[in-house]
Amino acid sequence: MDGRFRFDNFVVGSANRLAVAAGRAVAEAPGAAYNPLFIYSSSGLGKTHLIGAIAHQALQLQSGLRVEYLSLDDFVAQLHASISAGQTDAFKQRYQGVDLLLLDDVQFLTGQRETQSEMLRLFNVLQGGGRQIVMASDRPPGEIADVDERLVTRLAGGLVVDIGAPDFETRVAILRNKSAERGAQFRQGVLEELATIPFANIRELQGALNRLIAHQGLGEDVVVERVREIVGADTVARAMTPLRNAAARATPSLPSPPPAPAPATVAAATANGGGAAPAIASSEFASFLSDIAVAVAQHVEPWKMRLAEASAHWAGEGYRVEVIDRALRLPQAPNVEGLLDTFAAAVEHLKTLEQEAVAVDPALGGDEVFRDPQRVTEAEALVERALAGNTPPPGPSPAFARHAYEVGPSNQLAVNAADAVVAEPGTRYNPLFVHGPSGTGKTHLVNAIGNELIDASGGALTVSCVGAQTFVDELIAALQDGTVERWRTRYRSTDALIIDDVHFVAGKERTQDELFHVFNALHDAGKQIILTSDRPPKELGELEARLRSRFAGGLVVEVHPPDRALRAKLYARHLAQAGVSEMDGLVDQLAEQEATSVREVMGLVHRVVAAAEVAGVQLTAEFARSELHGTVGTPLAPPAARAAAAEGGLPALDPFFLDGEKVVWDWPDVGGRAIEELR
Amino acid sequence: MSLVNYSTREITCKIVYYGPGRSGKTSNLHYIYGQVPEDRKGKMVSLATQTDRTLFFDFLPLDLGTISGFTTKFQLYTVPGQVYYQTTRKLVLQGADGVVFVADSQARQLEENVESMQDLHANLAEHGVDARAVPLVIQYNKQDLPRDLILGTDELDDALNFRNVPSFPADALHGMGVFETLRGISELVLKRLSAGSSSAAAAGALTTAR
Repeated sequence: MDGRFRFDNFVVGSANRLAVAAGRAVAEAPGAAYNPLFIYSSSGLGKTHLIGAIAHQALQLQSGLRVEYLSLDDFVAQLHASISAGQTDAFKQRYQGVDLLLLDDVQFLTGQRETQSEMLRLFNVLQGGGRQIVMASDRPPGEIADVDERLVTRLAGGLVVDIGAPDFETRVAILRNKSAERGAQFRQGVLEELATIPFANIRELQGALNRLIAHQGLGEDVVVERVREIVGADTVARAMTPLRNAAARATPSLPSPPPAPAPATVAAATANGGGAAPAIASSEFASFLSDIAVAVAQHVEPWKMRLAEASAHWAGEGYRVEVIDRALRLPQAPNVEGLLDTFAAAVEHLKTLEQEAVAVDPALGGDEVFRDPQRVTEAEALVERALAGNTPPPGPSPAFARHAYEVGPSNQLAVNAADAVVAEPGTRYNPLFVHGPSGTGKTHLVNAIGNELIDASGGALTVSCVGAQTFVDELIAALQDGTVERWRTRYRSTDALIIDDVHFVAGKERTQDELFHVFNALHDAGKQIILTSDRPPKELGELEARLRSRFAGGLVVEVHPPDRALRAKLYARHLAQAGVSEMDGLVDQLAEQEATSVREVMGLVHRVVAAAEVAGVQLTAEFARSELHGTVGTPLAPPAARAAAAEGGLPALDPFFLDGEKVVWDWPDVGGRAIEELR
Repeated sequence: MSLVNYSTREITCKIVYYGPGRSGKTSNLHYIYGQVPEDRKGKMVSLATQTDRTLFFDFLPLDLGTISGFTTKFQLYTVPGQVYYQTTRKLVLQGADGVVFVADSQARQLEENVESMQDLHANLAEHGVDARAVPLVIQYNKQDLPRDLILGTDELDDALNFRNVPSFPADALHGMGVFETLRGISELVLKRLSAGSSSAAAAGALTTAR
């Protein structure tokens, strides 16, 4: 249970007043008022905060209350684990004894037939027992596709309330609360200005606030006029979604059934009605029982007793005991102690093996093989196979070191954020979303963060650093060989997750689902998440809104194309790497050249170095100028760009055309091809 | 007749209450049933006529819980005492691990007691069981009746207990001697475990083969 989510830090406005009132009523008297309470709203408007607050408040009022708070995804995972371990009864008992059940993200019920029927059963039990159920979803019950009609009516049977987008005043209040929480102070009017920007939800609003705080942390004076520029409000296209159903749809909860006559009293009455004196009766029977016990102990052969006890013990623990039972049938006593010691050792070994296997793939837990000491070799083979199929997620590339990352005004903000993340992983800016055009060093930066995180922890942290494309490919491969569970565990058990080029998951629905769950699992556990993309989250229209809003919930920073100062540093570094020692004026000369990416800078360095080599002369500023601005055509830059560069002005073309990777320079000879086709 | 099953860790003990009609066999079972704590009580099956005479047999399962790692269950049966239920008696007696002979202490019932004892031996013989090997105790019931109506335990011993098995005076209606009798037969039955361990093992093998 997360103590951050409380009613006292939940800002109440006209859009969520009803939901909060219902939530408070439920927290004060679980099971009495609205049962179930169903809260829905679009992403990032405070559902999770509200149900967290209900749980917190209910526990404050009644500390003995049994409260379970989990997302539907966790619920499904637990259900599946219990089924695979054959422990469904334990699962049922666990949830049937709950006084207040809070389920988040129930929209994922879609299509989960088996979960739905289990939920239906659980609902009947809980509601019958007057226990409270609270659910949150991003849509009303009737709009959750492919759900059993009976379950829908139950979901909607209590009170259904929605949370709308907050009005201006509420937004200001939220911003003031949040900046106070972060210990940030702004000039008069700054927060009000921020509140006028129509963000789609509160999470994005917080992301924008984080941006302001980060800018102020750079020593910048954030004034009202700069607010929109800093948070990039001009590109915020989407307005706050208006209330989908302005009025909450409330259906009166069903009248609770009249209290049944307490069955315990009835039973007690009949028991006493017998008239026999129970104290004497039980003592007479008890003494008979103890005599029998003595007689049995005397007459049963000790070695058989020993084996029988061991057999009962291990069978009770769930192990197969054929070996012991076979020994029991022997006419003469075998080496009982030796046999039992061997058995116990085998069981210990199996336990270790099972732990190893579960660490790799929870689905292997409770496998039959781990319960049979005669199949130790099989168990060993199983674990070996599981381990072989399991490699930890790829880590950050050691080639990208933080000290090799040059810093200039164009990437200062991102680097500061990165350093903050390294200093306080998971707490300061989570997630950190770095965006910027291709080749500006995003990958280098996030890999460097990963390396720094590992170094800072002395190698104790596992940091996963993966390209979004690899992420998708791995999921597909896991789906192919049915090892999705193992794949999921790999990512969920990591201490920090870095996903490069996250825009590649667009259009991959299953990956987005999985990413959403991994994101939530890691975020809830306070693990750092870092993402990069070529666009800010709000422009990733192909991604689901719940992902976008989560991405924007931490800090979104942009890396700009390298500025002059940064270019100078980059040229100095790369020239030095290319073995050029004499750089008087050369760096300045090159740095004048506009570059859209770090990659372009490196290309230029290679070009002048190679040209100097071919010409057989020392590389000087003079040579570089003639090479770059000379009239001789070079296959590496288009004439237009060269002309623009020669004038010392900005390139006239869209920077896209300057990207060496994306332009085809050697078109086939059209004439030759035409003759070819004529033949 | 497998008493102790080491594989399933069960001790199952079948004890039959035998004796002439109206000697108080069902009363024994009723008293025991009344003393068993609620959580241990099985269901007592009693097939009785309208006048409360045992028609077929009574059956009282007693779950004694786990003793030394064994789930211990006693099954107590009675036979109908009336002479014409000969077949039923023979059937119930089948597979008995021990027999309690409940004798009616009234002097005028002596003849019935003796007949019933002979009937018991005849039935055991028909099952191919050596009567001397079967654990047996005798209960002299109705010892609460006036002295002039009943015979003393010594006289009854002379008449019925020719093999000198343990005997217990009892008043089954009020419970006197009921548990002593049950304890007596139980000890005899369990004693056979150690005496016939090899045969028990063989019996165990038989059961598993089945």
